[in-house]
This record gives sequence, C-alpha cells and structure tokens, in this order.
Amino acid sequence: MNAPRIRIAVDGCEVDVPAGASVAAGVALAAPHFRRSRSGQPRAPLCGMGVCFECRVRIDGVEHQRSCLVPAREGMQVVCDD
Amino acid sequence: MASYDLIVLGAGIVGAACAERAVREGLRVAVVEPGPVGGGATAAAMGHLVAMDDDPAELALSRLSLQLWERFADLPLAEFSRCGTLWIAREPRELDGVAAKVARLAEAGVMAQRIDAAELYELEPHLTPGLCGGMRVPQEAVVYPPRVAQYLLQQARELRAHCYLGRRAVALNARGARLDDGSDLVGPVLVATGCALPELLPQLPMRSRKGHLVITERYPERIRHQLLELGYADSAHGDADSSVAFNVQPRPTGQILIGSSREFGQDDAAVSAPMLRRMLERAFAFVPMLRDLQALRVWTGFRPCTPDGRPYIGALESRPHTWVAAGHEGLGVTTALGTAQLLIEQLLGRTPAIDPAPYAPSRALR
Repeated sequence: MNAPRIRIAVDGCEVDVPAGASVAAGVALAAPHFRRSRSGQPRAPLCGMGVCFECRVRIDGVEHQRSCLVPAREGMQVVCDD
Repeated sequence: MASYDLIVLGAGIVGAACAERAVREGLRVAVVEPGPVGGGATAAAMGHLVAMDDDPAELALSRLSLQLWERFADLPLAEFSRCGTLWIAREPRELDGVAAKVARLAEAGVMAQRIDAAELYELEPHLTPGLCGGMRVPQEAVVYPPRVAQYLLQQARELRAHCYLGRRAVALNARGARLDDGSDLVGPVLVATGCALPELLPQLPMRSRKGHLVITERYPERIRHQLLELGYADSAHGDADSSVAFNVQPRPTGQILIGSSREFGQDDAAVSAPMLRRMLERAFAFVPMLRDLQALRVWTGFRPCTPDGRPYIGALESRPHTWVAAGHEGLGVTTALGTAQLLIEQLLGRTPAIDPAPYAPSRALR
C-alpha cells in the first residue's frame, strides 16, 4: 500500500513527498542546493539533525528554518538560496 | 637576558597597535600576551569607529584615530564597512541638541548632518514610527576588531617584534618586567592590559563594566547604518550601576549585532537573562522587526573604565620607564590607532599630534 503523499513548493516547483517527511527531503528532490555560504559556496544538509545549520531555507516567509527539523505540510512554500 | 626598547604587555587592539607603531619607528619591541590575541575587551567590542563629541579630549583622540583607520579601508580581513552612523532622536528635545553636535563635530573635521523624520525613515525604513529625526555621520565605519588586532601584531612580528604568547607578566621591576616562567625582560614597559591593569599597577584606579551583545542570523539590508539613540552617551558615561541603550549594527555579512548593556560590579561573565531582556526590549522599541529575527549567539565582555572616562595614555611618572595605554572603556577600537601614535610620540620625545595632558595617568594616581 502506498503511503499518503503531500505536496510542497520548492522555489516555485511542486514536489511530492511522503507524509511525515522533512522539508529537507522535499528540497533534496527539487533543488540543486539548500543555501549558499557567505562566500557563495552551495551548501546542503550534513547532520540531518539540526546541528550543522547547513540546510537553512525560508519556509512560508520565515527565514533560516532548519529544513531537516521541519515536517513537510501540504502547501508549504519553500525558498532556497535566500 | 632579553633587552628591548619597549616591552608591550597585552595584545588587545590597543597593545597590538602600540607594538606595531613602535616597530615601525625602528624600536626593538617585545609583546607579552597570556591569552588569545585580541581576546579580551577587543573580542567583545562591536567595532564601531565613531567620533564621540561629549568630551573635547575624547573627540580629539577619536578624530586623530579615525584618520588613521582609513589605512584599513581596503584590507579585506578588517571587514571595514563604511555604513555611516545614524544617531536617533525620540523626542524633539533630543533633536534640538543636534545642531550643537554637528557644529562640534564639524570643528573637529567630522562631517555630520541633522536629518528630519522623513529622511530618517528613508534611510532606515524599519525604525518604529514616531521618531523625530537625528544626526547622520556618513563617513563612519565598522571593523572586526579581533582580526585587526591579530593583523597589527602580525605586522609587528614581520618587522621583528618578539612575541611572548602564552606568557604573563607577573611583576614590574626597576629594569623591566618579570614573566610567569621566571624570565626577565629588560627595557621600558608599556602596560596595555585593559581590565587587568591593577594586577601590575594597583595605584591606577580601574573598574570593569560588563556588557552583553547579541548576533542574529543573516538578514541583509534590513539595517543599513550603525544605529544609536541620541541618549546613548548618557548611558555610556553615566554612573548608574546598570543601564541599557539602543545600539544596533549591520555586519557586512548581513548579520545584525545588537547592544548595548552596561553594568558595574559584575565580575561574572555569564549571560544575565534579565539584563539581556532589558537590552533587547530597548532595541525592539526602536526597531520592532528585530523581535522576529533569530539570534545565533549571546555573549558578554568587560570594558576597562577609568574614574573620569578617559583612557590612561602616557608615562607613569612615579615609576621609571613605565608607560600605560589602558582604560578606553567602550571606545578602545576607535581610539587604538590614535592612542598608539600619541604614546609612541611621547616615548620618542616628539611633540604629539594632540595635547597629551588629558590622558596623563598621573591625574588618577592614588
């Protein structure tokens, strides 16, 4: 049986993830990277548990959310590289 | 036995600046620093390069230093950012005083202008409604102080200054200073140890004034100028046991640095939640959107304070070959380079660029 799926938008592109997935899972499917460092390097999650801060994205207008810690909800608007 | 023309105790921004200046003058210099370079008051400073006009002596020293800071304007590691300073008036009474401030600064060669409320909100749209205007000082800047201290010391080392890092001076004697490993350095001594000054020179009064700082995540363009309330000097110079003032700085990274608190009689470096709350509420009253930002870190530091608020810069006449550069309170980053010039000029017997009398340590000897 297929698990229920929810749809979020990452940089305007819609992506389906299983219910209960983190926002980071959706970003990993849809975007080339999560954020850029001050010197312009593309960054992506390292720890997956909220420690490294490398997966920060804007979620529903709120900046610097650690996407690995935030469960995906239907209709979320996620912006990377902010 | 190692012999020098100048033994600098302390490698904060003041000591490092003095050491650098001394080696550039051809002196054989030693630097003694027990902790990290620029790790004391220097590391806890906001790095604002600002002319304070309340005291003529302070203004003369800031002005001299601000000119010297131009040397760092293109040095990437200094993180020099010419954001300008915006002094904010909450009440018409505060705005009334601006014309006199502008005149005092102009006389010292610092360009400043009075701005009305409309201009204020054009410059800083996130300020809370209802403010009266203020004063803009467009040429002022911010730097990253500990890196500048490290750079100055590195410059001094490249010019053959000898560094005793991890060593502490435990006593002054007639010939120089004794270090904690029992070795003696021979030569004139410059004590630039900030809050630790009384350990070696208990005859010079010095108190520590604790401060808190908060740094946020990166929120570029929210704040464009170094922002202070015009009542800031009342807090900075007042004698109250504790006070807070609105002071927010845009870092070149997009992070926002939020100050400031002042507390006498606090030796504990731990963050005080009530003091932090008081400081942040003050900041939120001026810039409400700060309330919604994420803070990354909070830390504290200690400012070295003399009884009259002026630094000690010069010879300690009661002790042969002993010099002092300490007690800059909250203005040590701005005035470090001017302090170094003033001190080394005196050491070499030259006529200093500004009158050294207001800073003479002898005024405070007990």
